[in-house]
Amino acid sequence: ELPPSHFPAARAAAVAVGYLRYLRGGPGRGLQLRELRRARRQDIDDVGHKYYLELELEDVLDKDRTVNCTAEVLYPLGSKSAAPDVQVAVQGELRSTEEADKEFYNRIRSLEKELVAENIPDSHGNIPAELEPIHLLAWVAAGYVTWQNSTENTKFHLAQVKHVKQVKRSDEDLQFDYMLLLHEMVSQEVLPWQVTVLWHPQRGARVSQ
Amino acid sequence: MRLPVLLAALVAVATCTETFVGHQVLRVIPQSDEELQKVQELQELEHLQLDFWLAPRGLGLPVDIRVPFPSVQAVKAHLEAGGVSYSIMIEDVQALLDEEQVEMLRSSRQLPLDTDTFNYEAYHTIDEIYSFMDMLVAENPNLVSKLEIGRSTEDRPLYVLKFSTGGTNRPAVWIDTGIHSREWVTQASGVWFAKKIVQDHANNEGVASILETMDIFLEIITNPDGFAFTQTKNRLWRKTRSKHSGSICVGVDPNRNWDAGFGEAGASGNPCMETYHGPYPNSEPEVKSIVDFVKSHGNIKAFVSIHSYSQLLLYPYGYTSTPVPDQQELHEVSAKAVAALSSLYGTKYKYGSIITTIYRASGGTIDWTYNQGIKYSFTFELRDTGRYGFLLPAKQIVPTAEETWLALKVIMEHARDNMY
Repeated sequence: ELPPSHFPAARAAAVAVGYLRYLRGGPGRGLQLRELRRARRQDIDDVGHKYYLELELEDVLDKDRTVNCTAEVLYPLGSKSAAPDVQVAVQGELRSTEEADKEFYNRIRSLEKELVAENIPDSHGNIPAELEPIHLLAWVAAGYVTWQNSTENTKFHLAQVKHVKQVKRSDEDLQFDYMLLLHEMVSQEVLPWQVTVLWHPQRGARVSQ
Repeated sequence: MRLPVLLAALVAVATCTETFVGHQVLRVIPQSDEELQKVQELQELEHLQLDFWLAPRGLGLPVDIRVPFPSVQAVKAHLEAGGVSYSIMIEDVQALLDEEQVEMLRSSRQLPLDTDTFNYEAYHTIDEIYSFMDMLVAENPNLVSKLEIGRSTEDRPLYVLKFSTGGTNRPAVWIDTGIHSREWVTQASGVWFAKKIVQDHANNEGVASILETMDIFLEIITNPDGFAFTQTKNRLWRKTRSKHSGSICVGVDPNRNWDAGFGEAGASGNPCMETYHGPYPNSEPEVKSIVDFVKSHGNIKAFVSIHSYSQLLLYPYGYTSTPVPDQQELHEVSAKAVAALSSLYGTKYKYGSIITTIYRASGGTIDWTYNQGIKYSFTFELRDTGRYGFLLPAKQIVPTAEETWLALKVIMEHARDNMY
């Protein structure tokens, strides 16, 4: 059993949230940890350390509601290049983003010029309303990077979208090339990360580094 | 209306060579052909060097004349002799220009006139914060003074505000913000704290009772070189801006440079890393100046160093997992402080020792201050938990400062009531 105020549980929770953002996030949904309720750690010989977590999550666009979630995060022993294995189960319904997704999709598709933006948020924490979906899509990308690159000695957060450029495609996907700045809490480093996100209202997000 | 435009034009001139001292602007509204003629006559008298802001146009329409000082008597005499009434619109053009120029500069740079008009809901530049400090001192000379405890690597002043109602070397509370320059909500909160202390004292509430027996020292911009760098070059700069021989990389982590477990696990020996501890303890003037101050003061009872983000209240140690002797008391005070903080807006904080709650960190500020005997040594990590991180929206500055202040009061009151 782990105290939720101790960092090992918090780091595992950050991995679970990153994975969830990748899986369930989108331009109309930004998942965030409301509270880490419980945490347990199991050391499995020759395999790794497995964390069992009970999380309460919220959508930043719908803060009156929360959903509960259980997660298992297995950090593999030894090999530093292997991503932790994450299993999640969300209890309850998340607010539907169908309308918002469709509106965002159509808006971007109908742009004359490809979207380009930088410094989201800006130095003062501002995000123009029309760029909020781009910011939340960056969370999806950062969630993927977090999940793929976390160890028990790291904790990643998206510090800023340094640059984002839309790339028009001949197929139905939207493509955004991001330059993300990730803040790693333990080393305090700010790491630039280039990611490409493909997104479609029905097909969801696909991320490549 | 027309007036500011004309004045603006004069400002342009005035900033070059001319002066308008003693010049007056007269207004005449001719009511008859005779009066109109008298005014028109003035236009012919070139030696008077009159400047018609509003030329004569007809009966009942105002004529505005800027009259140079040497001509004022003559013009008035001419008008009075003709029975033409006039009014003095501007008694001294230069005086108005001086005022106008100041106003123009103020409104274009939105400089506050005093600490009541200062905008606490925005992030400010170094100069604006220095100016705020001077205004606060000027407005409250019996309570607030500004001390310079040293100079930064780039020779910026390291200012500390002292809040004291008297006495000699009273037991004191120290608060610093902005030691890590990218943590902008902390410097902004420091500014708010300064004003709050003054207000509480004026209204004889809040910390007024603490100030009866204790002094408060507040260093708002603890890392000015870093802060300047975040404003001009890199918003996410953390360290100082020192260059130590042998590396192209710049800066030392001022929260790894203290003499407590210096150089041990929990800091980096690589000058290019964000947690670089520096070549030796107190190598950074930003750190050394505080060390010198604390040692020479000798009577600091509570020391709080403020960071962001993560929403944590932390006590020593970071460099070792050995608990501090006062662990239980500090844990209880933390619980109380966090409860007070949450009571305002429901903001959730976790608390505990640095090494269990956040990570192992060596050479940290409050590990050193605790080992100096300052029992109530705490570090805050303010809002948020990662949604905006270092780039916290300005509209959260005041709520953050307000809730944090409640926690600070718990710590200060506990120190006052448990004097050692």
